[in-house]
Amino acid sequence: MIQMGASYVVDLVAKTPAEGLLPVTMGGLNLREVVLGVMISLAPFKGQDVQVEKLLGGALPKVGRSVSKAGQEVVWFSQGQYLVIGGAVDMLLVKHAALTDQSDAWCAITLEGVGSEAVLARLVPVDLRAGTFKRGHALRSQLGHMPLHITRTGKDAFRLMTFRSMAGTMVHEVTHKIKLLSARG
Amino acid sequence: MRLKCPLCGERDRREFYYVGDAVALARPDPDAGISAWDDYVHNRDNPAGITRDLWQHEAGCAAWVVVTRNTVSHEVLDTALASDVKRAMS
Repeated sequence: MIQMGASYVVDLVAKTPAEGLLPVTMGGLNLREVVLGVMISLAPFKGQDVQVEKLLGGALPKVGRSVSKAGQEVVWFSQGQYLVIGGAVDMLLVKHAALTDQSDAWCAITLEGVGSEAVLARLVPVDLRAGTFKRGHALRSQLGHMPLHITRTGKDAFRLMTFRSMAGTMVHEVTHKIKLLSARG
Repeated sequence: MRLKCPLCGERDRREFYYVGDAVALARPDPDAGISAWDDYVHNRDNPAGITRDLWQHEAGCAAWVVVTRNTVSHEVLDTALASDVKRAMS
């Protein structure tokens, strides 16, 4: 119990979406959860991109791209919609864009290692090989039948995001494909 | 079947939701009269050849897309953002 003013309330234990499910390491591949902290969805109102960029302190990413600056990442999230990851934004933005707090809404995991492209090729109906999907590229698609937002974070590293409610299924799907691949020896 | 989303590029058909004839972009005025509304709600051509459909890139960027395709050859001839098509109409 913790004290809140004059009364006591239950001290709730915060759990990350994939708590107890990860990490998984197998066949040179590593799957782990990333805690992204504060995430804000940002959808600029019509013709307000310039004001939004001014308050954000940097340019909005192009379609399918991610930009990072001073510990804050802005990644393309959907048509006319961006996700600001890692820290608060200037609240003056509410005049120029629709903002919603997404901090607890998504589960983010990182898949790393040689062969991660092969794992994803079994789950995502988009060509994610390095020739077409480079570091800093991001897209919306599907992981099996789940909604997916994916960003390439390195040579053999990807960040996968889906709705928090589907965390278990996402971990299961990716782990299963890692197992199948590593069974080939 | 693959469709080219004007924003995301070429994607698998499973990412899209099919809505129907792109006639939905030409909604009549509320007082356009009973025959115009009857036409809009019920009557569709079923062409052997070029047709225009509305699709939504549901599992991608969520954009509505006008797809021009040939029902005989299954060729996809053109795709455009529905918002751009609508703007060009007004």
